[in-house]
Amino acid sequence: MSFQMPDILPALPEIFVLSMACVLLLVEAYLKPKTATYLITLGTLLGSAAITVFTGMLDPVYTFNGMFVDDVMGDMLKLMADLAAIVAMIYSRQYLADREMLRGEYFALVLFAVLGMMVMISASHFLTLYLGVELLSLSLYAMVALQRDSARATEAAMKYFILGALASGLLLYGMSMLYGLSGSLELSKVARAVHEGTQSNMVMVFGLVFVVAGLGFKLGAAPFHMWVPDIYHGAPTAVTLFIGTAPKLAAFAFAMRLLVDGLQPAHGDWQQMLAVMAVMSMAIGNLAAIMQSNIKRMLAYSTIAHMGFLLLGILSGSLAGFSASMFYAITYVLMSLGTFGMVIYLSSAGYEAENLDDYKGLNARHPWLAAIMGMLMLSMAGLPPFVGFYAKFTVLQSLVGAGWLGLAVVAVLFSLIGAYYYLRIVKLMYFDTPHADAHPIAMAGDARILLSVNGLAVLGLGLMPQALMALCTASVQFSYW
Amino acid sequence: MDFASVVFYFLAAILLLSALRVITAKNPVHAAMALVLAFFTAAGIWLLLEAEFLAITLVLVYVGAVMVLFLFVVMMLDINLEELRRGFWDYLPFAGLVAGLMIVEMIMILGGTNFGLTAPEPKPADFSNTKELGRLLYTDYVYAFELAAVILLVAMVAAIALTLRRRPNRKIVDPAWQVKQKRADRVYLVNLKSQKPEAKSEEDE
Repeated sequence: MSFQMPDILPALPEIFVLSMACVLLLVEAYLKPKTATYLITLGTLLGSAAITVFTGMLDPVYTFNGMFVDDVMGDMLKLMADLAAIVAMIYSRQYLADREMLRGEYFALVLFAVLGMMVMISASHFLTLYLGVELLSLSLYAMVALQRDSARATEAAMKYFILGALASGLLLYGMSMLYGLSGSLELSKVARAVHEGTQSNMVMVFGLVFVVAGLGFKLGAAPFHMWVPDIYHGAPTAVTLFIGTAPKLAAFAFAMRLLVDGLQPAHGDWQQMLAVMAVMSMAIGNLAAIMQSNIKRMLAYSTIAHMGFLLLGILSGSLAGFSASMFYAITYVLMSLGTFGMVIYLSSAGYEAENLDDYKGLNARHPWLAAIMGMLMLSMAGLPPFVGFYAKFTVLQSLVGAGWLGLAVVAVLFSLIGAYYYLRIVKLMYFDTPHADAHPIAMAGDARILLSVNGLAVLGLGLMPQALMALCTASVQFSYW
Repeated sequence: MDFASVVFYFLAAILLLSALRVITAKNPVHAAMALVLAFFTAAGIWLLLEAEFLAITLVLVYVGAVMVLFLFVVMMLDINLEELRRGFWDYLPFAGLVAGLMIVEMIMILGGTNFGLTAPEPKPADFSNTKELGRLLYTDYVYAFELAAVILLVAMVAAIALTLRRRPNRKIVDPAWQVKQKRADRVYLVNLKSQKPEAKSEEDE
């Protein structure tokens, strides 16, 4: 049997990121100025985004013996993940420099994490899916622990690591069941085997339960959400900003690859599991967020609730549902970048603006920042005319279209409960008086401009969501229909 | 019962007994030694399954390297087993119930019939397992293989980033600087004039 050289062109963005990460490690060792690695990271992410766009093709391309797929949905998500990582880096530069974390290792880990996301997004094989998850998770564990003298960060990293290892175990166990069933690790072949249904259905459901549990953990959906608040709270805010944004796109891709590429014929089985997970996530996330006095913890619970909403779109199982979910993931990342960026913006050397009290009377101190934060909060709550409203609306529309009216009503009710704690921040900023000893606000100019653009994008996309929505619909359509 | 079955049951019995010893042994060193035996026996079972490469790797990596590290750690740490074992009998009934239920559930689902598996044809004697694995790793699975390598690189970067500390007050000497030193830099002679010893004070007398 002769060996055919695989077509490496579709994997060019991944190859580029990997090579540049290695270059960065070398540069870090030999060059003294710390900004060199920062600039290389930004350049790499930009380059990767550009390569993704220029090598993209409309029809899905499989290579590396069916392990890698390059389709429009994947390209779109990779592009968004690259952009989200760039924005996160620009926001966190000053914060990292103040805390002596602006080191080459940090940026190398960021690049490896982005590589892990890209691998997940382009996986068409259980093996690559799992390796992508591990590459991303391992980089994130190390990033959380990088602030070594902070007991809180170390504890968070330990929890993340142990629970992550457990989740990987569940995922692998489920995958091994499905492998036993279908005799192949390739997602399309698994789908064919499940479709033909020659093997025992019980084994399929058994494997599916484990795979969905592992997926739930990686998404941070209840009842596998326990790690989210502790990690968001314990990690340095710059790392929280990174964890809470781009990896959510990878998690969405992970769910799509696993459930739609691999297990679409078992749609009826996983739909019910996702419905339970979505309702629990929205309930726990929204109710627990009300109790929090720390904004990072509150945003962590709000993430859980948002992931529940994301699952709703996937479970409706239609073109409208998948594209609504994708739109939701992208806009959630946009809002999340803004809010965590704001937490970073208000922090300064030796001080973290992470308590809700720190936001009291922000309007009196800095009206423009309060306006941006207000827009982000209203968008997260899902109020028109901000983009959060449209994202929730399309998900609910697809849900009703698929005949899940009851679930849609539950989702709306929990969103109403959730609106309380977002509006509380708006109230704190506009109607309370600031502390007398409030810390001064200082941040680099590039981050300040970007934060304004970010806040305005939430409003602009809310007024004109059609273009992004059309892109999402088209990319799902080209990839699956 | 043919010869292969006899060997299998013999190895399986040793494996189960040694695995039990791992969790029942009072002395942690004995537990680690029982684990070595369990690994070794499992390697024997893999040999029966025609997985020679995996069997040898298990012995080399786990018995040869990992368990030696384990033993080192066990010997260095002063573990009080009585402390760890407290509450063992209290939890046993409930834990036993959970374990029993899990076993029943897994027996219902696992097993060859549910997967529709039949025993594969044995390979000829000159079939090289190692060669076949190597061929697959570098052709069909090259992408996954490279990714695994990247994960190891990340582990290395993370380990160094998390443990390398630069302390300001280390008494470290740069060998190159040390070698470059010349006599002229370090030693200089002072021409002291000879002088008389001072007169002794009067109190001594």
